Amino acid sequence: MSSVLYDTPGPRARVRNVVLSFVFFALLGLLLWWAVMKLDDKGQLAWDLWKPFTTGDAWNTYLLPGLGNTLKAAALSMVIALPLGAIFGIARMSDHRWVRVPAGVVVEFFRAIPVLLLMLFAGEFYVRSTDIPSDARPLYAVVTGLVLYNASVLAEIVRAGILSLPKGQTEAAYAIGLRKGQTMAGILLPQAVTAMLPAIVSQLVVIVKDTALGGVMLQFTDLLNARSTLAANYANVIQSFFVVAVIYIALNFLLTSFASWLEGRLRRSTRGTGAVLGAGTVEDLNTGDTGGAVPAGKTG
Amino acid sequence: MKLRKVTAASAVVLALAVSVTACGGDKKDDASGGGKKIKIGIKFDQPGLGLQEPDGSYSGFDVDVATYVAKQLGYQPNQIEWVQTKSADRENALQRGDVKFIAATYSITDERKEKVDFAGPYLLAHQDLLVKKGSDITKGTDLNKKKLCSVTGSTSAQNVKKTIAPDANLRPLSGYSECVAGLQSGAVDALTTDDSILAGFAAQDKYKGQFKLTGLKLSNENYGIGVKKGDSATVDKINKALEQMVSDKSWDKAVKDNFGPAQYKNERAPKIGDIVK
Amino acid sequence: MFDFLEGYDVLGAFWTTVQLTVFSGVGSLVWGILLAGMRVSPVPLMRGFGTAYVNIVRNIPLTIIILFTSLGLADIFGVTMGSQDFKIQGFRLAVLGLIAYTAAFVCEAIRSGINTVPLGQAEAARAIGLSFSQTLRLIVLPQAFRAVIGPLANVLIALTKNTTVAAAIGVAEAATLMKTMIENEAQTVAIGAVFALGFVVLTLPTGLLLGWLGKRLAVKR
Repeated sequence: MSSVLYDTPGPRARVRNVVLSFVFFALLGLLLWWAVMKLDDKGQLAWDLWKPFTTGDAWNTYLLPGLGNTLKAAALSMVIALPLGAIFGIARMSDHRWVRVPAGVVVEFFRAIPVLLLMLFAGEFYVRSTDIPSDARPLYAVVTGLVLYNASVLAEIVRAGILSLPKGQTEAAYAIGLRKGQTMAGILLPQAVTAMLPAIVSQLVVIVKDTALGGVMLQFTDLLNARSTLAANYANVIQSFFVVAVIYIALNFLLTSFASWLEGRLRRSTRGTGAVLGAGTVEDLNTGDTGGAVPAGKTG
Repeated sequence: MKLRKVTAASAVVLALAVSVTACGGDKKDDASGGGKKIKIGIKFDQPGLGLQEPDGSYSGFDVDVATYVAKQLGYQPNQIEWVQTKSADRENALQRGDVKFIAATYSITDERKEKVDFAGPYLLAHQDLLVKKGSDITKGTDLNKKKLCSVTGSTSAQNVKKTIAPDANLRPLSGYSECVAGLQSGAVDALTTDDSILAGFAAQDKYKGQFKLTGLKLSNENYGIGVKKGDSATVDKINKALEQMVSDKSWDKAVKDNFGPAQYKNERAPKIGDIVK
Repeated sequence: MFDFLEGYDVLGAFWTTVQLTVFSGVGSLVWGILLAGMRVSPVPLMRGFGTAYVNIVRNIPLTIIILFTSLGLADIFGVTMGSQDFKIQGFRLAVLGLIAYTAAFVCEAIRSGINTVPLGQAEAARAIGLSFSQTLRLIVLPQAFRAVIGPLANVLIALTKNTTVAAAIGVAEAATLMKTMIENEAQTVAIGAVFALGFVVLTLPTGLLLGWLGKRLAVKR
């Protein structure tokens, strides 16, 4: 592979690369060896501690129900946050100041606050002011926290999606006599939703990762919480962490791959305007607020 | 065409997600009326007291007591729905009527009595220390400068810090199994909570013979069965059930079944209403 | 009106949040730059490692990483960060976990910055005989950095918010204190508002300042 930064390596560079590779490999190997030695030292490699994961019980009783709750919270949050986000995203682009400004304040406010605080607050609020039964409350709290945060991120994604459409779309709509509302509902939004699909799938990764907060801090019986019941049975704290981490990585890797497949597919597509919001947009939006600047939509 | 397919595929994914959600959400709550099911709060992660077993069943002393009591109230074991009630959540679950009663290492205290009613006690436990075999910790003050593991939000560690060993190096973790793992690896020197709980962990196959209880009796914990405040009818019924459990030797059997393997020397069955301060 | 704040060290908790942010911020910048260097380096093994690291770390919940520093690194591998006192140890381990996580995002931000530098710049550098590290150090990175101030500011703000996850291992920062306070005091909404305000105060100026700086320093093309 050649890159902007270096030529295709010649003989000397190739030798140097091989040497560097070797040194790096040795360093990595040393680290791995140390880790394995330490694990063995503490008896963490004993097959007894790993064996439970080869049985159906560990999966059927603990891990799969936990994973089910994780997915349930993530799916619920996305389904509720999406329409909310669309409303706020469109409100932020309104021509009326009294709509645009409050919508902007709400969106920026919830993006500036840690999800964990939103969850903790929601959980306590439900205890004090509602009749939600205690076994459902953690789910409600987790979903509420995730919806508040992700709706404001999705609002920005929707806004970026609509802004990424070529200006001609709006102009053509006005030219055939459509009103503002009709243009938004009939022309811009449907195209923007298609353009946003990869970004929305990428956002699911963020949501899935954040559900884990509920498992540790709010007693939500998600995958991470199921892990602790499992570890109480098999006494395998480290091993269960390892397996649960692998499940998260696999799940999120699937979602990420699906998102980029979708992105490539949409970019290559000849129909539509070719406007696509990729995973990169999501990352910029998730990481916070820079005074409301929307990243320029990438057009293919 | 392709674009449509992608959109359609996404819609299918979304619909699936929603239906998964719907499947999980349709559990009907029929604890209060009908008398068909009874919801009982227990711990899910305490071997010997309340534990969710790999096959999905539940075991432990609290579970046996609760099953016996439920039977006296007219519910067969298959009519019981076990609910996980974590320590911080117990008063709330009762106040809202989410569960009929709670048997989850629930110590009777004056503070809690203001919010809920208690039947029992059915077991007298003591706060104790779990240490490695051969540890030099023999009394409470030995904990000064030592690494003491506690579970986030538990009162027993704060007791130690306040009254027994103010210089203890306190480490908050999310669960007892993490603390026990830390004890085994040497990351902490001691773990404190009720001896009944500690015994259960010490008896696990993985840890057998590695730990010992110091037998310090740092406090008295009178385990009661929590009932909604004001529901004296249920309290009376449960008290009768508990008395019968002791008199027909089921209590001894439950103790033997659950604490026997842990070699936990339990106190004799307490008299109803006889709270040891 | 604010008597519910009495007896709680709210400022102290936020000070811990700030310290977590600053230490982790500096650390993840260094580690992130190294990772980005690996990801664009001519050595295939380093490239592979960089890519694998970023893809794995970005897909794990931060909560697991933070818990692992305590239950895995400290307990099993004996990485106690030079202190046996759990308060200090917990703080340092949390910083380590935050660095490991945030560096993946720093790396991606910098890599995208490198991609904004026109091909001709690197080609010209090579034409005058500069080596890979010289090209990177003298020509590409200085330009790339100016382009990534905006994205890096976003990463910093996300980091500020992510420090709350340190509550999972009991570090006495803002989220830990808020949890204690809303459990003990009746004024749930007021307490929520105080902590929300605290984070707005921490993140908003950072975003505005760095956003302005990013626009000023951006290489006009």
